[in-house]
Formats: sequence, C-alpha cells, structure tokens
Amino acid sequence: MQAIRSLVLVSGDAESKARGSLKVYEELQREIIKFGLQNEITVTMVEDVGRHDVLPLVIVYPEAVIYGPVTAADVPFLVEEHLYKGRIAAGLQASTKELSGRIAWLSARKGTLPAEQRIVLHRVGLIDPDSIEDYIAHDGYEALGKALNEMSPQEVIEEVISSGLKGRGGAGFPTGLKWKFVAQVDNYPKYIVCNADESEPGTFKDRVILEGDPHSMIESMAIAGYAVGADVGYIYIRGEYKLAQRRMAQAIEQARELGLLGEKIFGSNFNFDIHIHSGAGAYICGEETSLIESIEGKRGEPRSRPPYPTTHGLWDKPTVINNVETLANIPPIIHNGATWFRAFGPKSSPGTKVYTILGNVNVTGLIEVPMGITLREVVAIYARGMKNGKSLKLAQTGGSGGSIFPASLQDTPMDYDSYQRAGVSLGSGALLICNEDTCVVDLAKVLLNFFNQESCGKCTPCRVGVQRALQILTNFSEGTGQPNDIDALQKLSDNLIQLSNCGLGQTAAVPLRDMLNHFRAEVDAHVKLKVCPTGVCQMSGKHVWE
Amino acid sequence: MITNIKNGLDVSTVVQAAVSQHGATHEDLIPILLSVNEQLGYLPTEALSEISHSLRLAHSEIMAVASFYRMLSTEPRGKHVIQFCESAPCHVMGGRQVLRALQEELNLEPGQTSADGQWTLLEISCPGICGVGPVMMIDEDVYGNLVPERLSEILAKYRE
Repeated sequence: MQAIRSLVLVSGDAESKARGSLKVYEELQREIIKFGLQNEITVTMVEDVGRHDVLPLVIVYPEAVIYGPVTAADVPFLVEEHLYKGRIAAGLQASTKELSGRIAWLSARKGTLPAEQRIVLHRVGLIDPDSIEDYIAHDGYEALGKALNEMSPQEVIEEVISSGLKGRGGAGFPTGLKWKFVAQVDNYPKYIVCNADESEPGTFKDRVILEGDPHSMIESMAIAGYAVGADVGYIYIRGEYKLAQRRMAQAIEQARELGLLGEKIFGSNFNFDIHIHSGAGAYICGEETSLIESIEGKRGEPRSRPPYPTTHGLWDKPTVINNVETLANIPPIIHNGATWFRAFGPKSSPGTKVYTILGNVNVTGLIEVPMGITLREVVAIYARGMKNGKSLKLAQTGGSGGSIFPASLQDTPMDYDSYQRAGVSLGSGALLICNEDTCVVDLAKVLLNFFNQESCGKCTPCRVGVQRALQILTNFSEGTGQPNDIDALQKLSDNLIQLSNCGLGQTAAVPLRDMLNHFRAEVDAHVKLKVCPTGVCQMSGKHVWE
Repeated sequence: MITNIKNGLDVSTVVQAAVSQHGATHEDLIPILLSVNEQLGYLPTEALSEISHSLRLAHSEIMAVASFYRMLSTEPRGKHVIQFCESAPCHVMGGRQVLRALQEELNLEPGQTSADGQWTLLEISCPGICGVGPVMMIDEDVYGNLVPERLSEILAKYRE
C-alpha cells in the first residue's frame, strides 16, 4: 500500500506569483525528486490563502506547518529538513498570528485527526440527540430567542442575505433572497418546508444532521417562519430514514412541551408548529415542486415553473423550501452574525460544505470543510490517499446535479462559482473518488440506469431520452455501439438539458455531457475498437463486424 | 362491508385504524397508504377501495398514488424483502459482482418474488449508507461491506 505521506501547498495567488511562488513550486518539485520522495509527496498550488504579509507561503501537511515567506533559495534546506529528515525547518516558519480565511482553518488541523471548525455538524456526535436539555446546553434555541426578542423579521432576512449563504441542496440559490421573496408576498398562510428527502446516491449528510442534531431543524425552521411570516412548517423526510423520523418526532414533542413550538414563543407574538411528512420512496420528490405535490397527497410529479414556490407553493401559498444542510447554517449565522460566517470559505460562496467521501480511497466518511477546498486536498488530507496506491482517474460529485470530472480538474476550488467556470457542477456534496480501474462508460451506464428508474414519466424528453441514452450506453458496454451513436448521445444530452420539465432530466444529461467532454478517447475505444480499456465492460454482444 | 384476511389481519380494521390515526383528507393519503402497506405487506384492491370510500377520493386517484411510490406495492411481496443498492458509489465498490451472486443464490431477477413466497428482490436507489458500500437491506436490517462470499451466511439467518 502506498498512501501519500505529505501534501505540500504553495500559495499561487497573483501576489505570491509576483513574489516568485512559481519558482518555489518548481524548485520544490526538483528537490523532491532529488531525494526520491516523488511517490510519497504531492506538491500543489492553491489560491485564496487569505494572508499577504508572508507570501509566498508553503504549507506542509499533515503537520500543518506554515513557512513563509519562502524563496527558491530556501527550498533545498526546507525539503531536506522537513520532508526528508522529518523535522521543522528552523527559521522559515511564518508566525501564525493574524492568520485568516482558509489558511487559518487549515492550520488548525494538527496531526492526523482534524480539529475541524464545524458549523453545520458542530453538535453532531457531541450531544445526545434525544435530549432537548443537551441541545439547549450547547447554545440551542439561543438564535431563535435572539431573533424573536432582538431582531425584526427584516433584520433576520438582512442578516441571512449578508451572510452570503447559498442553498446547499445542489442549486446554490442565495437563501436570504428566497426568504425575501416570500416575505414580500402579501398572501397568507405561508409555509416553511424543510427538504429532507435526501436521495442523491452517495449523499448522507442530511441523515447525519437529522439523526444527530434534530433540534437544529426545529430552531432554524422557526427562525425562517418568523422572518417570512409563516406559522406552519413541514419537514419532508424520506421514507427510508426511519431513525431520523423517530428522532425528529420526539424532538418536536419536546419542543412543544417547553413552549419552543406552539403559541407565543419566547413571550413574543410569534406562533409556529411543525409537521413531519414521510416520503414513500421516490427520488423525484427531492425536486421542490414534486415534494409539494407529495405533501398534498398526490403523485410526486414536478409542476411547471414559473410560478415558483416562493409565490405559489404548498396549496398554492407562498412557501420557503430549504435543504437540511442550508437550514443547519441558520442558527449559527443568527447567533454569531454574518461577518463571522463570511470568514469561512471564499467571498463568492462563504461558509462550509459537508461532503461525503466515497470510493477507492483509504478513508471514507463525512467531512465538513470550508467552501473552496480542492479535491486534491480532500483526497490527500481526509481520505489519506488512494487505496492500494492506485491513481485518481475521476471523481463523481453526486448522483444528480453533479459531474464526472477528470483528475486534471482536481485543483479547482470546490465552490459554486469556480465549478461553474470550470464547466462542472458541485451537486449535493457526494465525492465518489474513482481509480484507474473505473470504466467511464460503465459508470455513466449505472448513473443513467438510476435516472431511468427514477424518472417520473411526466415529460417525454426525460422519460424517452433517458431510456434511449441508457440503451446506447448498454450497446457501448456490450461492444455493439455504432459510431453515429456518439452523435446521437450528444444530441440526447442537449435535448435533455433544454427540454426537460425539471432538474431530474436536466441533470441526467450531465454524466453524458461530461463523459463525452473529458473521456472521448475511452468512449471511442468502446465504439470503434470494441475494446473496454479498463476491462470492466463485458463486450459480450454480437459484434457487427463478426 | 368488505372483509378479507391478509397476514392474518382484517383489511377493513387496518384501514380504519390508519384513517383514524392520520385523518381523512387528501393530505393524509400517503401516510395512510404507508401504514396499511406496512401492516398488510402490500396494498390489496380491497384496501384501496376502502381508503377511497373513507377519503372520498376516486379509486383511480388512490391507485395513481399507490403505484407511483416505491415503498408502496400493489402486488404481494415475499416474506422477506431484499433491497439491494446499485447506485454508483456501491457499484464502484464491487456492488455488481455481489448483486450477480445474490441473483444466482436466490434464482431471482430484481423485481421478482420467489415462487415459495419467501423472497422479493428489489433494486433500490441509494439508502444513504454509502460509507460501507456495497449495501443491501433485508426487511429493516442493513448489511454493508458486502462481498459475494458473505451472502449465503446472511441469507441463512432468514431461512427457516
């Protein structure tokens, strides 16, 4: 087994480059090869280091030692001392005072176990989820009290807007803005809906929050209700999450007993109550308008938009729909203020993101990291490298709404804007890490098979398009694909994006698009040479040239 | 009065209990269907008719909902329902080989129920336990880190 022993980050922002960080980077590469360490140490450049007085910076993981300013002339000494002999290179360390941004967060990580600063998960695993007293002892319901007693609804909305929080369900819509839209509408009653129908393959962050910190949902939904003028909330939990449903039901009972739900909460004039609605096994119900239909007791088929749920939602009334992770950010934002929140992650996407790490890596699991961390950092630091010393071929960022992206994009900061610029999408936070033994055609086939089963069948582009795409991919994997099928697949992908009624059909096209964009040679091998380069596909079909 | 015994229970009693627990409006339809399905193992036609009467909704409307959701079944299912995850995260961890072995062991295709009524094999979308993939659920029990060799030992626990 061969795991990466150290990860070396070199600051690569404009100012660092002006001060010679590229030279430092090249020199590091050379010295590491000189000592024969190239197989166990990775060097990479990062942006957004959040500090300017000691550039260029060099940071060595897992010890999180920060050196700076480092010149090319310092590099041989640094490599010999720290990376070869394993001791800190004296005299080169930067002072850790006044560190800010991502670097401050990263430097808190000492040794192998993370001292993560968590926002969304800060109580998960720390408190007894069945005890409201435990929740209250850990700052629970303080944000609700603050909102009700010290802030006007407009101030709550302004605070959320200035925090820059974006929806964590996958689409990345600014949360504060959504609330403002609903608050503006003069049509009552209004509703708060928590989307806990987490069904994205590879995603279980919401389950962990619901099971580990159920009261945080009650508190944040009540804050949302106060902000927009709603007095009823629905939490739609997927049917398979039985434990989460039980814990949430109990939490709601406890909150009612203590008067934290019900009438005149905290002595104010605000009334709020929450109902649980169980899903019944339909992926499409994670789509917000399908979810609304399902709460109303109907088939979970998406509505046409506009009008949007902000004006015509549940029972055609103005409705806020937020994902579990989005809502979990609300109490800390109200409690600590928007400025505090903006210290995490890049300016355009502040805050943290919860990821699930899966696939061919040494350590799988759940992490919460600032927005803007790179995949390379996640794999090296959290996943402890690839399993069995294999190399990263691609990562898949969630069953839908995500992308298949090649190893060449692993230094792209994981935030909404950077991903959009790179032409890939972040999705719901699943990071399925695949090694070189993974066949991209096979992976796309599995993803399309999923969409084929889960398409609700309401609109033709999705119902027929997904089925047809799956058939073509199956032909590819059996060695019976035709060259013009590749063009057909491209067309299907465009049609799905442009013509589907809802996000399901649009995102079903994403694996197709990414596969053709980034792995065209591998697809060609399947179709033209009837060969699966990784040996995964059986190629058992009757070949046309036989 | 329609009476019919499924799983040793009276269909009408089960339906009425669910209706009085959840309510009799359109909004309560899915919770009622879930309760009845859980108790009877599936949704027999008599149950759908009874619900249709109680909620004053067309039988077709009840059927439309009952046939839409995966956790509801209008066909009888086996004594033990095996739900196998074939989503991408389980797939890359070797899920396909395990599913193939499972199919051979049970002699069933996904979606089928065995002739002796013991097993129903279903493919499900991700149940959110991906950290330990490949994963399957037998009734309410979850099994993770599956390899083909472990299957017969696991299935034996459910065999009489």
